[in-house]
Amino acid sequence: MTEGVGTILAKLAFVLVFVLNFGAVLTWVERKQSAVMQDRIGANRASIFGVRLLGLLHALADAVKMFTKESFTPDNAEKGLFKIAPAISVFFALVGFAVIPFGDKLLLGDTVINLQIAPLNVGVLYLFAVAGMAVYGVVLGAWASRNNYALLGGLRASAQMISYEVALGVSIFGCIMIYQTVDLQEIVRWQGHLLGGWLPAWGVLLQPVGFILFLTVGIAETKRIPFDAPEGESEIIGYFLEYSGMGFGMYFLTDFIETVMVSAITVTLFFGGWQVPYLMADGFHFPWGSTAALSNWAVTLLQFISFTLKVMFFLWLQMTIRWTLPRFRYDQIMRLGWKYLLPISLVNILLTGFIILLVK
Amino acid sequence: MNVHDKYGPLTFWEKCYLAPIMGGLWLTSEHFFRNLGRHILRAVGIKSRIMGAVTIQYPEFLRPLFPRLRTMHRLTQREDGTPRCVACMMCETICPAKCIYIIADEKLENSQIEKVPESFDIDLGLCIFCGYCVEACPEDAIRMDTGILELSNLSRNGMMLDMRTMLALQPNQDRYVKYDQNGDIVSSEYIKQPLD
Repeated sequence: MTEGVGTILAKLAFVLVFVLNFGAVLTWVERKQSAVMQDRIGANRASIFGVRLLGLLHALADAVKMFTKESFTPDNAEKGLFKIAPAISVFFALVGFAVIPFGDKLLLGDTVINLQIAPLNVGVLYLFAVAGMAVYGVVLGAWASRNNYALLGGLRASAQMISYEVALGVSIFGCIMIYQTVDLQEIVRWQGHLLGGWLPAWGVLLQPVGFILFLTVGIAETKRIPFDAPEGESEIIGYFLEYSGMGFGMYFLTDFIETVMVSAITVTLFFGGWQVPYLMADGFHFPWGSTAALSNWAVTLLQFISFTLKVMFFLWLQMTIRWTLPRFRYDQIMRLGWKYLLPISLVNILLTGFIILLVK
Repeated sequence: MNVHDKYGPLTFWEKCYLAPIMGGLWLTSEHFFRNLGRHILRAVGIKSRIMGAVTIQYPEFLRPLFPRLRTMHRLTQREDGTPRCVACMMCETICPAKCIYIIADEKLENSQIEKVPESFDIDLGLCIFCGYCVEACPEDAIRMDTGILELSNLSRNGMMLDMRTMLALQPNQDRYVKYDQNGDIVSSEYIKQPLD
């Protein structure tokens, strides 16, 4: 039996709530993780009736502040575009999650639910398209502000994101050559088989260079430090300079959602997505021969937990990188993108092709 | 030595950029996990002496002050309760911020002391806490050892400190670092402040 509209809407709601909550909690993670890394305590004063919850309520306080602040529109701004640009930005950050598989097949009665909102057979291309559109929210917002500094931020954003788009695409060609598919669910299923009978065939083992390139480019796509030239808080404030209230809040949220997005794609392409090592559809099959049968529900739950934990690990890693590395200068970003990342990814494709030929 | 020569040119390994990044990430992660472990240990009550952070939670905890720190002024008294100040105007003269205003009065019954202050005001809004007034005073009449740092007021007039207030102030020994006879620090623990 195929899925009804209700199932699809349920999956949609589930993923949206999941992602938006991750985005909100990331503001807390950012504050607290940076604090713990720097021997500080971090924001812990927001409280409701004396309950502080380790500063988790600061996310709530942020939301209240963003919604109640005046959303200022400059006199000279293009009113319509100015209002809609942050929404475009958030929209393209969110729609990418439609093709991320967060589990295999869930059996509900005689209905088979594919745990992926949109089972597109061109998933990777769709992701590229969405990532390419993400720059529009930024550039439109910057342009509509009619502010020279915002425009500078927008120009930097377009230059940076477009040049990294190229390396982004090229860096995962190697993966696609190995997986022989661009359907993300199929890519994850492919990573379920074992190399030599015992090693899970996760993308990172087959494409280590591709993984490092992709993670670098992905972090550049989130526009956060060390690739924060579009924002450049210390020099030009950036494309959201004229935004206040929830307009700024949406750009702020976009960065965090994109961070979750990059983690999710990295996990899907290189770390086996929802795969748990040795877990097949009917339970564990260990390489030393023993098996442990599990029901479909238990397997699905394990897969979802596995996916979430992997995403959380990459969120942690991205936060660590953001609070460790100093920011690149604009010309350094361009040089890194065009003169190092792109050639290395091209060489990576070439070597992958040779190795595939040799193995066959 | 030129600063640029200190480390020499970058080696190939350093130019690859990836290894130094890993080193940096290792350093920060080390701090992260060490502090996280300490926070968790403290939360469950084991090894609660080891702090996971150097932060002092300010309104609840106070850092002890060192004796040389210049805090809010006070005027010292003689045994009979009169101010030691003889209105010599030294402090008012040397004050670079010109925030001390003394009005002198004649004192007739005692031949040793000819002048006393009728009023002695300090405008803390102007004061730069240089301590010159304490240095200049020949009578040890003004000191800056009250340990009061939280000087704020809703109006400029509220920042004026008058003679009666300053005479009533005492040095706050509890806020200072404790020393033993050899001059070594005995205790520099944070002070827990009762919140009202």
